[in-house]
Amino acid sequence: MAVIAARRVPRDGSLTAVLLFLPPALLLFTLFVVLPIGEAAWYSGFNWNGFGSPTKWVGFDNYRAVLDSRAFGLAFRNNILIILVSLLVQLPLALTLALLLAEKFRGAVALRMLFFMPYVLAEIATGLIFSFVYDGDYGLLASIYRLFGAEAPHLLASPDTSMLAILIVIVWKYFGFHMMLFIAALQSLDRNLIEAARIDGAGRLQTLRYIVIPLLYPTIRLSVFFAVVGSLQLFDLVMPLTRGGPADSSNTMVSFLYNFGVTRMRVGFGSAVGVILFVICVTFAFTYKRWFMRDE
Amino acid sequence: MGKLATWALAATGLALTAGAALADTTVKWMHIEINPAQIKIWEETARAFEAKNPGVKVEMQFLENESFKAKLPTLLQSKDRPHIIYSWAGGVLKTQIEAGVIDDITDRVQGYSEQITPAALAAFTYNGRVYGLPIAMSQVGFLYNRDLMGKAGVDASGIKTWDDLLGAVKKIKAAGIVPIVVGGADKWPLHFYWTHLAVRLGGKAGFEAALKGENGGFQSETYLKAGELFKQLVDLQPFQNGFLGFKNPQAVGYFGDGKAAMTLAISTAYHAQRALAADKAGLGEDKIGWFDFPTVPGQKGEPSDTLGGITGWLVTKGAPKEATDFLKFFISKDVQTRLAAGNFIIPIVAGADAGLNNAFMRQIADNLAKSKYHQNFYDQSLGPSVGRVVNDVSAEIAGGTMSPADAAKAVQEAWKQGN
Repeated sequence: MAVIAARRVPRDGSLTAVLLFLPPALLLFTLFVVLPIGEAAWYSGFNWNGFGSPTKWVGFDNYRAVLDSRAFGLAFRNNILIILVSLLVQLPLALTLALLLAEKFRGAVALRMLFFMPYVLAEIATGLIFSFVYDGDYGLLASIYRLFGAEAPHLLASPDTSMLAILIVIVWKYFGFHMMLFIAALQSLDRNLIEAARIDGAGRLQTLRYIVIPLLYPTIRLSVFFAVVGSLQLFDLVMPLTRGGPADSSNTMVSFLYNFGVTRMRVGFGSAVGVILFVICVTFAFTYKRWFMRDE
Repeated sequence: MGKLATWALAATGLALTAGAALADTTVKWMHIEINPAQIKIWEETARAFEAKNPGVKVEMQFLENESFKAKLPTLLQSKDRPHIIYSWAGGVLKTQIEAGVIDDITDRVQGYSEQITPAALAAFTYNGRVYGLPIAMSQVGFLYNRDLMGKAGVDASGIKTWDDLLGAVKKIKAAGIVPIVVGGADKWPLHFYWTHLAVRLGGKAGFEAALKGENGGFQSETYLKAGELFKQLVDLQPFQNGFLGFKNPQAVGYFGDGKAAMTLAISTAYHAQRALAADKAGLGEDKIGWFDFPTVPGQKGEPSDTLGGITGWLVTKGAPKEATDFLKFFISKDVQTRLAAGNFIIPIVAGADAGLNNAFMRQIADNLAKSKYHQNFYDQSLGPSVGRVVNDVSAEIAGGTMSPADAAKAVQEAWKQGN
């Protein structure tokens, strides 16, 4: 190891640069990234309520308890569901709208802003707004049902529908962000390629299929990355809507961490959830980068 | 040499001003109250204390209920912790005392503590030492809407037993009225059913036996039966549509809007329903009534036993002695009488109940005075990790996703794990 490291040290003046600039960066990284993660990993081995310093070492018991928990299973399932809906519903929707709105026509910019608006709104505000929309007595949904003379369901109050209601909000809130990414990519495309394809006799769909979409791949890969990591971390939409309920049907892994770790003052248990989540995120990030984003 | 003298002078000057600043003590006080009318009285009390004690400042800090609970462990261990904090006593207080972050104020409140209701003070006493002062008590029971009960042909004063209640629910439902409104999303309003049934069934002895793990602890007959009786009620579908999505303030408002015949609530909801109703007026005093939680067949508890809260204030470790002085001033007969007159609290200082000026509050005060066993809310009493499980399982029984036996088992397992 030492030999390899020595061989990598640059011989010219840039050694000074490394010695000068690396320590501060390394210090910050250690302080704000490595230490907290290490701390969480350390706490996850204790049965600890957050007071004083942890003393009751329980080894891997917290991890066992997390993995045995029915509620964590549901939360994990919900995260997978969110990822699937993001990839299979949200991104195609965003791409379709981007293709329509990247063209220059009257009102295109206004429409783009309109679709982008939900993304600008704070998550907590979005959650509150939709908890009113979904309210089966006074909400917008209730008025719509009443128009047809029916009684509205309380979507957020039933374990069967709570997650569906949240998924709808997620798609509504984030598709605009991906749409904007796609529009930006579309506008920087080389128009000559498209024109050349047209001259060669390719139809609209063919151009799309063989020229435009392949040129968008880098952006699509980035979008997928954002969508998956964002889905794994989802928390602030869930809290105002359902707080993970009823009967833990709409917890995500992060809201599970909050509900079962923080509010119950089980710091060790919560840390174990945090570490599991961290491992999942990091594994995904590295594998994805290795397999799909090698060139970028 | 001249320079050194200047430095020395400057240093002395600094030391002097620092000394002067130290003479000004600031008592920092953290609360969760959201009722502006009550906070107004608190502010006035703080200003009155400052006027009487020159050099002392009282500073109020506010945190929302859930954030307060979440932040407390970290806050208490920081050097900058508030001097006085809100508390529901129970398991959380016990943990805080064991962690050594709460001040023992036994000696400082001697000669003063005698005027406080013993049951209330006992909640803040641990191993014979006093760690805080109570400020108010409350009782859980049924509030009802007189008009709706009349419409359904139910005589609320006749509801004495659990079967009476079930009968009333059937009758009200048949009349096309929502029998009971509950804020199921918050879960704790549902835990009142399970735990009050347990208070009736097991009495004081039942709860203490469960804590010791006798007869299966929380899986004992008492708790199994409590779940089963609760299930009897749930099976009648007594709650409003979508009750698992309702937060408590929403539910209390719904009751204030006159949309449900009953609600099992903390006595403070009697007044809260007005502010939370859509028209901000709610149900007038002639329209609202109260009956105590019904008795159940074969119960071991006394009918006068009560479930409710005991809330108060703790002094944290390292707080200036003025903090305790302020607390004694704050929980004095005068201030308590004022708060009672505003119908904000059932006072705990002797004689302050003279301030209570309506029949309802007086009735609750009498109930609490008569009660020999006042059970603190389970979710407070058992501490956060077990208490939340009690709330969870109550909500699951109500939602039909868990059987009473599984519920009792879940609570017992949580209890075993934490103790």
